[in-house]
Amino acid sequence: MMVDLSVDLGFLKLRNPVLAASGTFGYGLEFAPFMDFDKIGGIVVKGLYFGPREGNPPPRLVETTGGLINAIGLQGVGVEKFSEEVLPKLRELDTAVVVNICGASDEEYVKVIEYLDRQEGIDAYELNISCPNVEKNGFCPALDPDTTRALVKQAKAAGRRPIIAKLSPNVTNIVEIARAAEDGGADGISLINTLLAMAVDVETRRPKLANIFGGLSGPAIKPIALRMTYQVATAVKIPVIGMGGIMTAADAIEFLIVGAKAVQVGTANFIDPASTMRIAGEMKDFCERKGIKKITELIGTIKI
Amino acid sequence: MQWDSRAKIIFKQDWDDYHLFRIETPKIAAEARPGQFLMVRVSDTPYPLLRRPISIHSREKNSLEIFFQVAGQGTALLSRKKEGETLDIIGPLGKEFIPDWEHLGIAYLIGGGRGIAPLYFLGKELKKLGAEVHVLYGGKTLADLPVKEKFKKAGLGMTCSTDDGSFGFHGFVTDLLENEIRKTTPQILFICGPDAMMNKAAELAAAHKIPARISLESMMGCGFGACWGCVKRIKKSDNGKWRKICEDGPVFWAEEIIWEEAE
Repeated sequence: MMVDLSVDLGFLKLRNPVLAASGTFGYGLEFAPFMDFDKIGGIVVKGLYFGPREGNPPPRLVETTGGLINAIGLQGVGVEKFSEEVLPKLRELDTAVVVNICGASDEEYVKVIEYLDRQEGIDAYELNISCPNVEKNGFCPALDPDTTRALVKQAKAAGRRPIIAKLSPNVTNIVEIARAAEDGGADGISLINTLLAMAVDVETRRPKLANIFGGLSGPAIKPIALRMTYQVATAVKIPVIGMGGIMTAADAIEFLIVGAKAVQVGTANFIDPASTMRIAGEMKDFCERKGIKKITELIGTIKI
Repeated sequence: MQWDSRAKIIFKQDWDDYHLFRIETPKIAAEARPGQFLMVRVSDTPYPLLRRPISIHSREKNSLEIFFQVAGQGTALLSRKKEGETLDIIGPLGKEFIPDWEHLGIAYLIGGGRGIAPLYFLGKELKKLGAEVHVLYGGKTLADLPVKEKFKKAGLGMTCSTDDGSFGFHGFVTDLLENEIRKTTPQILFICGPDAMMNKAAELAAAHKIPARISLESMMGCGFGACWGCVKRIKKSDNGKWRKICEDGPVFWAEEIIWEEAE
């Protein structure tokens, strides 16, 4: 049976709904030995500030039950080096390329977009307004609806490409933030970024991360991610990309059922570097088994 | 770099906390160099989630050996694998121990506890290159020196030390090194062990102006450069920015490492 796995986000058509999540996939090329890029929907490359960025001191990672807390702090090469050394190679891959955009100020987000707008081979920008590891106490723009709206608006005006706003789960009312992003002109929403978390060494009574707090990812967060994806997908008109703890096609399909049009796979890439490709393949198997001709038949079909 | 999801354990040896597996993995074995490591999957369930970085202990034709100590839940699970079972491994990863020198001369290999693991492969390769190899192997007590006979069988000269005096020299392996440096002049040191031991050995190397290669241990998210989780501050390169242990290391020159921040 032929299964059509393609999805149309309106601003971007994907071969299948599976993208590699920013921050877990390097700049993409690190995964070339392990997988075929033409078997996945696309990649979201690691967050870029305008210049190179130091990141946080180690330890930056701690494993917890069913999850991983990271406090990398968005260490990265900056737009110039990315455009010169990485992007030409990404252009040769047969997959959608989304670039995750960071900024220490509104102006920096705009500068990054203006710079990347002059480069070819990027399909969309994912606005990283939700990293919990760069400001004190996990502060980020996506914690406030007004800040989110204003920043999305500026980002949208700064460039020619679609803007996906990546939201934080560390909020009281995720729907309010999602609507603010939509109001600001976002073409899509991706969620969730990591949950602000910590771990303690009982021997030394010190935090296990130098940054004290970090962002929790992995299978432990999936139920929360799914609940938030459901809430947001039913509240906004723009397409929603769901993520959080996806390890298998069944996990990914749960996100589609609650209304996500596509998904991102993150932490799983560390353990199984071919996760994205494997999950897309397993999705096809699922559809064949269930007699589903188009994957889009599953989207938003939760029975409540 | 290769990914072998079905590398068969063809031999296993256990000591209390230490374990040795011989794994059939022809492609990874063909590429492996001393100092490199494998990322080993320890569980099919979500906990422990991550692969564990484990250094390559030895190479025999189509197989590799890993020698490791149980340090937490991941390595405990790994230690329970049996002969005939398969492992999911990625490797070889990281930079190798041996510098690109014409002549290596007298080489001292200093291993503390499980830090001895990569030095067996290294010692055998150095010998092939014509180096005069001396191994100093230190542990808290005799039980921490399970692979000492193996070095001797391979014709690698070895002196042991224990902190409690239960075997060999009574004291730290770095004291042993200090004694050796007084007697002879090594051209190069290769060091792997606990941070405090490596720090002390690096100080001795610096004081005697002996080049030293140091293999660092770190928790890792991926092992192949994508997560940026295993960094250490390294001098002279990239203006002192955090560098990845998995990709830029795990082996560095001693003078590149900033120990104050490594605690």
